Amino acid sequence: MTGTHANMGPAAIAWRRFRRHRLALASGLVLLGLSVLAAAAPLVGMLLGTAPDAVDLFSRFAPPSAAHPLGTDELGRDVLVRLLYGGRVSLLVGITAALAAAVFGTAVGLLAGYHGGRLDALLMRLTDSVISLPLLPLLIVLAAVDPGKLGLPEGVAESESLSLYRIVVIVALVGWTTVARLVRATALSLRERDFVLAAIAQGAGAARVMLVHILPNLASPIIVATTLSVGNVILLESVLSFLGLGIQPPVPSWGNLLTNAQELIWTVPGLALYPGALIFVTVIAFNFLGDGLQDAMASRPSDG
Amino acid sequence: MIRFLAGRTVQAASVLLLMSFVIYGLMGLMPGDPIDLMISADPKMTSEDAVRLRKLYGLDQPITERYANWLAAAVGGDLGYSRLYAKPVLDVLFPALGNTVRLLAISFLLSLAIALPMGILAAMRPYSRFDYSVNLAAFAGISVPSFWLALILIIVFSVTFNLLPAGGTGTLSEGGIWETARYLVLPVANLVIVSVGGHTRYTRAAMIEALRQDYIRTARAKGAGPARVVLKHALRNAMIPVVTIIALDFGMLFSGALITETIFASPGMGKLIFDAIMGSDFNLALVGLLFATTLTLVGNLLADIAYARLDPRISYR
Repeated sequence: MTGTHANMGPAAIAWRRFRRHRLALASGLVLLGLSVLAAAAPLVGMLLGTAPDAVDLFSRFAPPSAAHPLGTDELGRDVLVRLLYGGRVSLLVGITAALAAAVFGTAVGLLAGYHGGRLDALLMRLTDSVISLPLLPLLIVLAAVDPGKLGLPEGVAESESLSLYRIVVIVALVGWTTVARLVRATALSLRERDFVLAAIAQGAGAARVMLVHILPNLASPIIVATTLSVGNVILLESVLSFLGLGIQPPVPSWGNLLTNAQELIWTVPGLALYPGALIFVTVIAFNFLGDGLQDAMASRPSDG
Repeated sequence: MIRFLAGRTVQAASVLLLMSFVIYGLMGLMPGDPIDLMISADPKMTSEDAVRLRKLYGLDQPITERYANWLAAAVGGDLGYSRLYAKPVLDVLFPALGNTVRLLAISFLLSLAIALPMGILAAMRPYSRFDYSVNLAAFAGISVPSFWLALILIIVFSVTFNLLPAGGTGTLSEGGIWETARYLVLPVANLVIVSVGGHTRYTRAAMIEALRQDYIRTARAKGAGPARVVLKHALRNAMIPVVTIIALDFGMLFSGALITETIFASPGMGKLIFDAIMGSDFNLALVGLLFATTLTLVGNLLADIAYARLDPRISYR
């Protein structure tokens, strides 16, 4: 088995392994398709001759038709167009928050893993505490904080896009733990390796060793953990938006599209199906993708 | 063991103390100042009244001082009144705590009862068709948004087939045990589905790792049957990492209970905390959150004890 790898770089080997993980490959394609559709939301709106917030009270709860492929909601707005616009927000927030969390988690994990000792014990205890806390009620408290009381200027505190930034920050605050643990474990073993010891012997400072010598070798665990956490982050964003604390209407997100659906399940249960199904598909696709990447990037030279 | 437990209790207490300070500070940043709420409830109140009340309740003092006062009262057993329910906070919280513990305990045990056999069977034949299906189902459980799943359960079992109640609780005096159980079916199903996937994957991963060890080969070589090898030799060792990870999941389980209780209108801690935050009942929200934190910390502590019982190498002395 090993012989076939003779002329291949690590990236090519990883790609070969990844291709064999059919679910992960399919998930990647699904996510690509969803992103393209979400990006094309204005185009779809134009083709259908409607906008995400175009209210039409004469055609509330319309069944699917050529003009409204998935029907209309309680205000006569087109369900498909709102779903696609919601997807832009949910995907963008999910990926941005996961990246922000990854940066923070990498910093914590790198410091803990490289320095070890007391700092490591302290940071890891902090990480474990954050993981074990009941996070959702805490996030609800954070999301309910009045931005005006934080001393933000009025223009910022009242702006519509604040709910976007706010949700990214809040979710990143609790989403960094997985990355931190993985990075710490890898950094812990890397710091004993010869190339790191050589760098230290040549007089490189701690910051240089961490950023130049160790960080590049952490790429695979960081990529895997970030991919896996995008799913989690999208779930958190959607539940907060569902509870009315995340993305605020009229900006649609997959979570807040479900807020009204709960009151309407006795009359129009169908409205509750689509947004949740899209969250489900997106999250499971990110999880499969992360799983596939993990298999592909695992350093197992013998069973490629 | 006692010294270890004492150490862990001190650690849990300090986490709790830190949490109380952070949450207390955050509550001050939430919209709806208690005095503002009083003003809006009573139009006859003048601004001098407001200033006087602010002074009376100590709201004109810096936050650290107010927190110290609150803490002193709390340690003395005075946790204050709930604004929404007009009752002492503890009188509101204790019945809800019972409901939540019941929901969590049933769901947790049921989830383990499904996850352990599934994880073990999948690990015995890794990469088989059965393993593949279990993995797929586990991923689905991990990825499904719990609030959406709850809505789907209601649509299927309450709206369409009218088999089970969509929310609320039954009382023992009215309908007996079966009536109460009917109200628990959907919330428990919801919580089990969202937690069983994680539990199954942890079990499977730990069992695969354990079955790869040399002592398994030794046991097989000595002629131990497959059931004995798996259950006695592998499972016992696999349970050690499983217990650790599952213990860290208690907080997640509580978060799931919050969503489940809110959607199924089930009067538990999760719904109470959510309603308290949304209704600016800061006292209730604060104490409720601390109760929830205590609940997960106690869960972690129990897991530590289980860990010590499972692993004879750890004596915690």
